[in-house]
Amino acid sequence: MENVGVCDEFVNLKATELRLGLPGTEDGGEEERQKVSCCKSNKRAFPETEKDIESTGKTETASPPKAQIVGWPPVRSYRKNNIQTKKNESEGQGMYVKVSMDGAPYLRKIDLTVYKQYPELMKLLENMFKFSVGKYCEREGYKDSEFVPTYEDKDGDWMLVGDVPWEMFVSSCKRLRIMKGSEAKGLGCGV
Amino acid sequence: MDRRFPFKVLEHIFSFVDSNEDRNSVSLVCKSWFETERRTRKRVFVGNCYAVSPLKVARRFPKMRSLTLKGKPHFADYNLVPDGWGGYAWPWIEAMAARRPFLEEIRLKRMVVTDECLEKIAASFRDFKTLVLTSCEGFSTDGIAAIASTCRKLRDLELRECIVDDLGGDWLSYFPETSTSLVSLDFSCLDSEVKLSDLERLLSRSPNLKSLKLNRSVTLDVLESLLRRAPQLVELGTGSFSDELDPEEIAKLTKALSELKQLKSLSGLWDLLPEYIPLLYSLCPRLTSLNLSYATVQMPDLIDLLSRCSKLQKLWVMDLIEDKGLKTVALCCKELRELRVFPSGADLDETDVTLTEQGLVSVSEGCPKLESVLYFCVQFTNAALVSIAKNRPNFRCFRLCVMEPFAPDYRTQQPLDEGFKAIVERCKDLRRLSVSGLLTDKAFEYIGVHAKKLRMLSIAFAGDSDLMLHHLLSGCQSLKKLEIRDCPFGDTALLENAAKLETMRSLWMSSCFVSFGACKQLSQKMPRLNVEVIDEHPPKTRPDSSPVERIYIYRTVAGPRLDTPEFVWTIHKSPEVGVSRLSIR
Repeated sequence: MENVGVCDEFVNLKATELRLGLPGTEDGGEEERQKVSCCKSNKRAFPETEKDIESTGKTETASPPKAQIVGWPPVRSYRKNNIQTKKNESEGQGMYVKVSMDGAPYLRKIDLTVYKQYPELMKLLENMFKFSVGKYCEREGYKDSEFVPTYEDKDGDWMLVGDVPWEMFVSSCKRLRIMKGSEAKGLGCGV
Repeated sequence: MDRRFPFKVLEHIFSFVDSNEDRNSVSLVCKSWFETERRTRKRVFVGNCYAVSPLKVARRFPKMRSLTLKGKPHFADYNLVPDGWGGYAWPWIEAMAARRPFLEEIRLKRMVVTDECLEKIAASFRDFKTLVLTSCEGFSTDGIAAIASTCRKLRDLELRECIVDDLGGDWLSYFPETSTSLVSLDFSCLDSEVKLSDLERLLSRSPNLKSLKLNRSVTLDVLESLLRRAPQLVELGTGSFSDELDPEEIAKLTKALSELKQLKSLSGLWDLLPEYIPLLYSLCPRLTSLNLSYATVQMPDLIDLLSRCSKLQKLWVMDLIEDKGLKTVALCCKELRELRVFPSGADLDETDVTLTEQGLVSVSEGCPKLESVLYFCVQFTNAALVSIAKNRPNFRCFRLCVMEPFAPDYRTQQPLDEGFKAIVERCKDLRRLSVSGLLTDKAFEYIGVHAKKLRMLSIAFAGDSDLMLHHLLSGCQSLKKLEIRDCPFGDTALLENAAKLETMRSLWMSSCFVSFGACKQLSQKMPRLNVEVIDEHPPKTRPDSSPVERIYIYRTVAGPRLDTPEFVWTIHKSPEVGVSRLSIR
């Protein structure tokens, strides 16, 4: 089993790619995919199963980790239809991505176009979530850091922040997740 | 015994018995008490419109003046019950119109009400006074117009969160010029504009109007003119609160608001702009109820408003209030009894506000009278639940929605079993509970054992096995309504505890592992339960082991209903018949 923070000659090999998926999910049936389970390590493949039942036995492939669940959260449609929050107005300009951190109870949103390079972004994240990350090194990633910044790219793969050139990162990053260092190293799931 | 108490005396004594639960007990004592009670009951409540036939109810209560009915299962609110399932008001309206023409009040919840129904009401009940429709659908503004124009003594017309075919605002003009009896008017769920002059005139001639809830299309610039004509209001639901007003208009509106000396309840406030919050300050000290759940106001603008509401008993807000705002509530609103915090984001993880478990902990610490909570939050902890339970053992209604399915305690990664255990152990008066987050069978063992007064329980994405359901059905002495979705069990617990189901109003299970065979067995075992299988995509053949999409089980003395749509099957009682779909409309 390969670790996340290995030398960059391995970084792009399929076998070492970080994937986020619910336990039991496959991506097009490819083997040797490393699966990193979410911090909710007791999560079972339940929503997948139930989605199958609800969608008449259709099997899902490579679905995004958080699928739309019918009637969830339990808010009356009347209320859902009547709430027009202004959040979407700001997404006209800029590139807003969600940022989550393991152990923190809420998500934030940041505009990637505001930053010019990785150090600026890292500084913001460290301030926002009150953690510190070590230096990124191509060989070993964020060695010995308690927290490791990762992101999901356009293909649905989870990468280490810093692996690709900045412009490529900005154009391909869909969301950020600040993972616990221990989880980033291997499969950290229990139960 | 009954010879010593002539009918008149018993009748007089029973006139002091208000609660229907007590009246139901009274009617079980002996035949003459049954007779006396039924002849004197004025307010009739039927919690499940399919539990009994309209005819039977009409015949039993000759003095009925008020009828309250509920139709669809609660989970219909969240789109889990397909359209067309049922809950038709018509058979009830028809039966009452024919036999109980002195009916004055009709209150319906989650029912299908057509224009025909409304026209029938208008035409049949001479003294009709009160129509309250909550979460109903199937009618248009034409039906409302019929009520407005024909019911001479109309006092209350309330449409709460209904889905109405809105054909325009003309319906308001159908109130005759002679009608002066209105006490409450709620058209907040309608979309189209009503004519201002119609509304002004109606208000001017309705001195008894205490409650007015406008819809969103009533703009801010006309509000002043309306309030001037109804300074006696106790409840106000404003329309949209976001237009640009010039300073003179602002001054006039501020004055009009400050003249509402009796106002206790404020709602509406759609699109409330922060700069308009000071207009409401004059109302705050008297407010007992404030609904900000459609006001997209963020922190810190809310603080100034909330800190002035020292008498507040009921507060509905969005999560934009954040932990900070709830801390203010904890400090300033010592009379608070009910709190609801709704999610502002459209998706599961759209929350970029700082609302955590801490908000609820603060309120539970600071508000000694808090007894009812509905709280949406992304994640939670056991420690918070334990604190909340310790602080507020007086909860009667505790509904926590951890929006991330299967989310464990985010600090310890443990299931939330211990947290909910604390809730049910300490809150001995708990009547209603909604659980969420990662929960094992243990949580339900605790609930089964400790939640003795629990009447309604809602569960989603929880548990490990049939044990969970077994704990609940073999415990929870007072359980009346159980609704479950996406949990991994079914048959065994259901069949073992079949008898319990007749002591309950209803059980809903969707996306669980209930097999068709178990449904058949259950139905055959329990003669007075309707076992409804609701399958929008039924398999071509139905072996006993095949799972069903949804199952709705309820006790009834009316037998299988005759108005089922094609996707609902009521399992027949006799094994040879198997499944029947009696569809006679």
